[in-house]
Amino acid sequence: MFSRERIIAWPGFSRWMVPPAALCVHLCIGQAYAFSVFNLPMTRLLGITQSAPDDWKLTDLGWIFSIAIVVLGLSAAIGGRWVEEGGPRKAMFTAGVCFGGGFIVAALGVYMHNLWVVYLGYGVIGGIGLGLGYISPVSTLIKWFPDRPGMATGMAIMGFGGAAFIASPLSVWLMRQFSTPTHIGVAETFVVLGLVYFCFMMVGTAIVRLPTPGWLPPGYVPPAQPTKLITTRHVFVYQALKTPQFWLIWWVLCLNVTAGIGVIGQASAMSQEMFPGRVTVTAAAGFVGLMSLFNMGGRFFWASISDYIGRKNTYFVFFALGFLLYATVPFAGSSGSVGLFVLCFCIIISMYGGGFATVPAYLRDMFGTRYVGAIHGMLLTAWSAAGVFGPVLVNYIRQYNVDHGVAKAQAYNITMYLMAALLVVGFLCNLFITAVNERHHMVPDESDAVGMAD
Amino acid sequence: MATATATGTTQLHLILAWGFVGIPLAWGVIETVLNALQLFQ
Repeated sequence: MFSRERIIAWPGFSRWMVPPAALCVHLCIGQAYAFSVFNLPMTRLLGITQSAPDDWKLTDLGWIFSIAIVVLGLSAAIGGRWVEEGGPRKAMFTAGVCFGGGFIVAALGVYMHNLWVVYLGYGVIGGIGLGLGYISPVSTLIKWFPDRPGMATGMAIMGFGGAAFIASPLSVWLMRQFSTPTHIGVAETFVVLGLVYFCFMMVGTAIVRLPTPGWLPPGYVPPAQPTKLITTRHVFVYQALKTPQFWLIWWVLCLNVTAGIGVIGQASAMSQEMFPGRVTVTAAAGFVGLMSLFNMGGRFFWASISDYIGRKNTYFVFFALGFLLYATVPFAGSSGSVGLFVLCFCIIISMYGGGFATVPAYLRDMFGTRYVGAIHGMLLTAWSAAGVFGPVLVNYIRQYNVDHGVAKAQAYNITMYLMAALLVVGFLCNLFITAVNERHHMVPDESDAVGMAD
Repeated sequence: MATATATGTTQLHLILAWGFVGIPLAWGVIETVLNALQLFQ
C-alpha cells in the first residue's frame, strides 16, 4: 500500500494530479506560521478574562513554535534518506499521523494544563510531521516535471506560505465556537484541527503517484549534453555533504532567509515606528497581510522564473535587488514615503519566499534527482539557523540603538544596512558555486542498485 | 496538460483535486486581501 512499487502511476495518469497532492500536505503543515493566534488565548486558560497567576506566560508559549521549527529541521535532515527511499506516500502518511497526532497530544496538554505535554505534542511530534511533510513531495514533483522543476516545487512550497491564510481565520472561528464565558476552547480547537489536517493530508497521500522509471513528459526532450550547472548524474545524500557546493547553497539559503525572517516578525512594529502617526495598528496589520501575500506569491513566481533564467541567476537577482531595496528602506523612512517602504518590503519578502521555493530545483541541478529530497532535508538546517540569526539581529540592534538615544524612527537603519551587507556575502557565496566534481557522482551500477524510479 | 489526460485521469479528477486545495486557499487569500486593503484606507 505504501511502498514505492505500489504507487507507480498507471498509463494516462496526469502529472497535474501531483501538485494538488503536494498542496494537501503543505497547506496543512504551513499552519505553523499561524500558531501565534493561540498564544494569547493560552495565557488565559485559567483566568479566562485575564491571566491568572498560574496561567502560562507568553515567553513560555513562544517555545512551542521554536521547538516545532527546530524539530522540523532535524527531522528533515535525519529522516530525509528514509523519505527518499521509502517513497512519498509512506512519508506523507507518517507526516499526517505526526502532525494530526501532535495536535491531539497538545490538546491533552491544554486539557491537563501541562505545558510540557504541549511542547511534546505540537513541538516534537508535530515538528516531526512538519519536517517529513515538508520534504516528502519535493523529489516526486521534480521527477514529474523535469521540464519545469522550479515551477513544480514552487507550487508546493507556495502552499506552505499560504497555509496561514486558512489556518489563522479558521482557528479563530473554531475557538469562538468552543469558548464559553467560563472556558476557552483551545483544546477542542486543537482536536478539530488535528482531525481535519489528518484527513486533508490523507487525501494527498491517496493521490500521490511516482512516474515509471525513465518517464518523460510528452514532447519533452532532455538536453543531449548536460549544461554546465545542471547535472544528469546523481550524488549520494551523505556524499553531498562533502561537496563545497552543498555548503555554499546552505549559506545562500541561510543568508537569504536571515534577511527576510528578521523583518517578518517586526514588520508591524517597524512600519508604525518608522512612520509614527501615519501607519496605524490596523494599517500595520494590513501591511503584514500584504507581505504574507507576496511571501506566498513570490514562491511560485520566482521558482517559475528560475526555470527560464537558471537557479544561479535567480539568486543573483535576490541578492542584488535585495541589497538595493534594503539600502533604500532608510531613505523611504527619512523621506516619509510609506508607499516606497511598502513596495521595498513586499519585493524583499517575495524573494524570501522565492529563496525557499527555488532551492530544491537548485539542489536537483547540482546533485541530480536521486537523493534531492534527502539533500533538501539536510539543507533545511539553514532555515533553523536563520530562524535564530534573523530575529536576533533585528531585535538586538534596534534595542541597542534605542538604548543609545537613537530615535525609534531611525532605529532600524543600521539593521537595514547590515541586512544589505549580508546579501553581499550571499551574492559572493552564490558566485562561487560551480558544477559538482565528477568524483562525487554515484557510479551507474550504484544508482541502479537503489532501484528507484526517476 | 490535455495530452496527459487522454485516458487515465479525467478532467473531473483534475477539477476535484485542484478544487480541493484551491478553494480553501482562495478563501484565505480573499480574507487576507480584504484585511490588507485597510492599509490603503
